[in-house]
Amino acid sequence: MKVITGRLRPSILAAGRGLLLFVAAMTVSVTLFVLAVVSISFILLGIGVFTTPVVLEAVRKHANQRRLWAMTWSDVRIPVPYRPFPRDLRTGVTGQVERTTLMLRDPATWRDLQWLLIDMTVGAVVAFMGAALIVYPVEGLVLAAGLWRVFRDDPYWYGFVPVDSQATAFAALALGIVLFHVGLWANRPLLRLHFSLARTVLAPTQDEELAQRVERLTETRHEAVDTAAAELRRIERDLHDGAQARLVAMGMNLGTIEALIEKDPAQARKMLAMARESSAEALTELRDLVRGIHPPVLAERGLGDAVRALALRLPLASEVAVELPGRAEAPVESAAYFAVSEALTNTVKHAEAERVYVDLHHAEGMLRILVTDDGKGGAAIGSGSGLSGIERRLGTFDGVLAVSSPAGGPTMVTMEIPCELS
Amino acid sequence: MRVVLAEDLFLLRDGLVRMLEAYDFEIAAAVETGPELTRALAELEPDVAVVDVRLPPSHTDEGLQCALAARRARPGLPVLVLSQHVEQLYARELLADGNGGVGYLLKDRVFDADQFIDAVRRVAAGGTAMDPQVISQLLSRRSQDKPIGGLTPRELEVMELVAQGRSNAAIAAQLVITERAVAKHTSNIFGKLDLPPSDDDNRRVLAVLAYLDRG
Repeated sequence: MKVITGRLRPSILAAGRGLLLFVAAMTVSVTLFVLAVVSISFILLGIGVFTTPVVLEAVRKHANQRRLWAMTWSDVRIPVPYRPFPRDLRTGVTGQVERTTLMLRDPATWRDLQWLLIDMTVGAVVAFMGAALIVYPVEGLVLAAGLWRVFRDDPYWYGFVPVDSQATAFAALALGIVLFHVGLWANRPLLRLHFSLARTVLAPTQDEELAQRVERLTETRHEAVDTAAAELRRIERDLHDGAQARLVAMGMNLGTIEALIEKDPAQARKMLAMARESSAEALTELRDLVRGIHPPVLAERGLGDAVRALALRLPLASEVAVELPGRAEAPVESAAYFAVSEALTNTVKHAEAERVYVDLHHAEGMLRILVTDDGKGGAAIGSGSGLSGIERRLGTFDGVLAVSSPAGGPTMVTMEIPCELS
Repeated sequence: MRVVLAEDLFLLRDGLVRMLEAYDFEIAAAVETGPELTRALAELEPDVAVVDVRLPPSHTDEGLQCALAARRARPGLPVLVLSQHVEQLYARELLADGNGGVGYLLKDRVFDADQFIDAVRRVAAGGTAMDPQVISQLLSRRSQDKPIGGLTPRELEVMELVAQGRSNAAIAAQLVITERAVAKHTSNIFGKLDLPPSDDDNRRVLAVLAYLDRG
């Protein structure tokens, strides 16, 4: 009995969800499929160019909703396979045409349409069965309770039982009870089956996944190469205009001093002081440059202490928690360090925060970094903030960035980089 | 005065040896690596050690770690740490045991031989020598929103020098005021900041640093 009551609630919930899926399949999926087919065939007439992106966008939303339900209800993960639009997509008619072509070229679009077909047929049936196994027995109960009297002359078929008397009504009830038990055990697997079915069509195929991966790698490699080149250019310029120029000036001064040392010792002494000052300034510049290339503390102590040292330089109160049982590879450490550095710079510049918290730890093959502040919030990736820079940096290592920053704060920047510690 | 010197770059090591010898220090040993430094500190019992933070073979903060370990074995062993960069993180670790006889300076400071030698002597005598950069970092962090305890600009100047580990006499010379004026300033500072008054140079430094550190 306990087993049954324990299963009752989730099963009824699953039945409700099955019903919802059935309704969604029979209404939204059918409508969208028809609209999509009509819209695509109207492309030749011209109108389709404008309607297709809208309809296909709706299809994607619908599919994504299903992906979300699959994840939250049955723990079935269906990856999103859509190709991203290029950032510089034009507006107006040409943009529309471009958008339509891009969407129609994306194999994921055609798989979406395939899915709509499957969803309104097999998918709907599977979802409906899950609901029916729980709901149908109720009808058996009602029949046995007296409704059978209505069908005294003309037998009513409850499943395979013709109901026309109390005895047959009880048989119907018995069948209902059996079905109900089957439902208790089967309707959650049925729900899962529905989502698995969706996954076979909606998830990218291995080829697509590989293609996506290649695309992503190409993109991040481009970015990495660009960033590295820009970095080298900056270093070259800094050296050229800074330390190098100062050393030239110093050498020149020393030459003059040599000439002056006997004629005008006082002037020579003054120039010596200047030369010393120049050398000190050159050193300071070199130091700053080195910090920008690879911070010394990172080389000496690793990521944890480097971030601690960084936090100590901030003009606001900070707390750093580090839980790293080993060290990541040098390039990962460096990327993580500069990512944190940019996040903190952002906080100092824009957040008007009083405190900032940094948390670094490693779990499940991921280096996780949280930078939280109590500032005014409103930070977003890509609004010219340093956050897109962080995203680029992390992208090279398949790392990801998430920002939660409601207006009014607090801001929480989460970074994850897959890596092993040694 | 006997010095153990640890610096892996030949040019710098050689230069430091010459400079120290010119000021009548006796070089007990001039070593290149961390393990050599550890051995020299244990066996030669120098009056002061001048140590580069980064040493072979690991090229990490090996020099600093050796110095800290040696100070744990022999509390108060005077150590002057030199580095291409100064970090508050390292300064804290050096000061943490509260024993004094600690110096932490940028390598640039050897440009001014007199001041550098003065710092070595101060550390050897159990005092403190903090790089002005460490202090100014702490100050800039503090002074962001609230001025420090209502100090006058002059008092601020004096406090910076106190935090670096200078004695009243040295501060007087630098600011071109009398020693009595410095003493007045320091007692004002300590009063305004609620710090226990103290004559011991090292304690003064720790008090000021602790204050600045309160964030």
